[in-house]
Amino acid sequence: MNGTFLGMPAFPQAAARAVRDGQLRANLRHATHTIRDKRARAVAELPDWAELRAAGKAIKDHTLRHLDRYLVQLEESVTAAGGTVHWAADAEEANRIVAGLIRATGDSDIEKREVVKVKSMATQEIGLNEALAAEGITAYETDLAELIVQLGDDRPSHILVPAIHRNRAEIREIFADRMAAWGRPAPESLTDSPAELAEAARLHLREKFLRARVAVSGANFMVAETGTLVVVESEGNGRMCLTLPRTLISVVGIEKVVPTWRDLEVFLQLLPRSSTAERMNPYTSLWTGTTEDDGPSEFHLVLLDNGRTAALADQVGRQALRCIRCSACLNVCPVYERAGGHAYGSVYPGPIGAILNPQLRGTSSPVDASLPYASSLCGACYEVCPVAIDIPEVLVHLRERVAEQGGHPLERAAMAAAGYVLDHPAALAAAERLAGRTRALHPRRLPGPGRAWTDSRDLPEVPAEPFRDWWRRNRA
Amino acid sequence: MRVALFATCVNDALFPATAVATVRLLERLGVTVDFPAGQTCCGQPQYNTGYRRACEPLVRRTARAFAGYDHVVTPSGSCVAMVRDNYPRIGARAAAERRGSELTDAATALAPRVVELTEFLVDVLGVEDVGAYFPYSVTYHPSCHGLRMLGLGERPLRLLRAVKGLELLELPGAQECCGFGGTFAVKNAAVSAAMAEDKLANALGTGAQVLCGADNSCLLHLGGTLRRRGDALRPLHLAEILASTEEHPWRPS
Repeated sequence: MNGTFLGMPAFPQAAARAVRDGQLRANLRHATHTIRDKRARAVAELPDWAELRAAGKAIKDHTLRHLDRYLVQLEESVTAAGGTVHWAADAEEANRIVAGLIRATGDSDIEKREVVKVKSMATQEIGLNEALAAEGITAYETDLAELIVQLGDDRPSHILVPAIHRNRAEIREIFADRMAAWGRPAPESLTDSPAELAEAARLHLREKFLRARVAVSGANFMVAETGTLVVVESEGNGRMCLTLPRTLISVVGIEKVVPTWRDLEVFLQLLPRSSTAERMNPYTSLWTGTTEDDGPSEFHLVLLDNGRTAALADQVGRQALRCIRCSACLNVCPVYERAGGHAYGSVYPGPIGAILNPQLRGTSSPVDASLPYASSLCGACYEVCPVAIDIPEVLVHLRERVAEQGGHPLERAAMAAAGYVLDHPAALAAAERLAGRTRALHPRRLPGPGRAWTDSRDLPEVPAEPFRDWWRRNRA
Repeated sequence: MRVALFATCVNDALFPATAVATVRLLERLGVTVDFPAGQTCCGQPQYNTGYRRACEPLVRRTARAFAGYDHVVTPSGSCVAMVRDNYPRIGARAAAERRGSELTDAATALAPRVVELTEFLVDVLGVEDVGAYFPYSVTYHPSCHGLRMLGLGERPLRLLRAVKGLELLELPGAQECCGFGGTFAVKNAAVSAAMAEDKLANALGTGAQVLCGADNSCLLHLGGTLRRRGDALRPLHLAEILASTEEHPWRPS
């Protein structure tokens, strides 16, 4: 017997390491509790939140049911507005398309070697920065938190706050040590005051905005009827990327489409309050194809599947595609709060990552097979989800998939044995009686797989008499 | 009124005092209690671990055991949630797999009749003061399934507030999970233990003598941690507090 009991060491092991990191746990606890309290207040302000949530769910479900139709409509609208649509089945194809588009732009060498990026989960998902780097193209992240992650040679650990695991002192150190290698260095006297850190990032990024000729973005929504893409953000750095460069390439998951402008109204209320606890996000940028003498003169939309149609085929699991990436579920999740984002082995951490990754990537790798179990099923994620994704339901559904593909032989045997005893009350009563009579012999710590339980907890004392025998003696 | 007691496997095998207390409490309130012997387990451990088909016999067994009762009362919120939320799902999946409507019929017949103890007391019997006496300070941990899946709300607290001699102390972060989660406590032992530590730090901080819950699974996990740490805080099921009276006060077992 070893640590691989139950066959899924990936998340548990990574999480166990995180749990031992006191600084990380303190950073995460402070940040998640701050955001969750603010979100609760922002949501409580709206008397019709329940109706908005139901509307968001209904719009997404309708769109997913007719996704083929809306995607074709979107392609027609984008093309009619002067954009070009590309279809990418997987990460590799998407990366190849984007690299090809960048290489084909402009005439100066720098245009073919540098791009600025709007914070985007889709491009993180496909590993675009790394793929571009392999082609000799440097992608500069312009979102403050993504910049911190990029400079620190780190990985994002939260959907909305990718550097949530870092505190101010750590960020100051990253800026002071690493900015010079990527562009304008940090001021020499840099302290860890938020204003100074923000100013250092602003100066560093300004250089990038003014020089870049190509920008890469994702989108929060795509409107089928007009071919309009939408990015909501807090800093305005995204808007700089969306308006200054000559070429704009947007990589967007196919599930981001909504049928009409009217539908946006619902999501522009649900998203900011759920994610940043703002009544409205400070910057909402919308772009439709190209416009002469205004904004990018070339616009490409890369529509990304990368496992989404497979998820769509699953009747229970498809609800994960309703996700609008607000990250409210991360901020309330007691497991995320202790394990941190990196333990999930993906750019989609937390409860939504635990159901999204195994669907997008399959359950064959140890980490993906372990993710459906990375939850106590407490239901806090479902309660806060602005589009009512029943995450616990999907987790249990995916556990079934993992168990069916083999699970762990010992676990299967234990479940079968328990199944027999529990379906035979006489056998159960006999087992309970035996346990009661041998109680003096019971160890306080278990060997083997149960050791994980008794490492930090004592087993309960087995009572001398099970309830069923008490009942027979006293009432029957 | 005649009701069936669904003791649940955890209470039957490990916490018989809770089931006994439930019987005594209900009888004191004038309710006739039956214990249908065909009952065993609701199947939640199997279902939540991914063995849906393995709990189908238990769906049938549980539905059969409690046929004929208008009220099936259980001192375990998570088992009620299993029957109400997941039995219909298990039925629907079987139907989708073209194995007929038998499980759906069983779920439909059973689910609306199964009530959690505090729901039964407050909603069905219409009592909040059950005449209990418990001269200790108590803090209450609302288990996730009772809190979020059943929406028990203030019911347990209203019952506790009406107990004579009891001092109720508010638990900070009460709505946060204790970290049990069935097999989660084994599969993700480190995170589970960290969650228990934080829950207990909050509970110990109240200075209460008793940590009350309405789900013995959570108390098994928290109680095991308390014992390992050697803390004096005593985990106790709500039913045992409500069963305690001046004539027959609760005594530590």
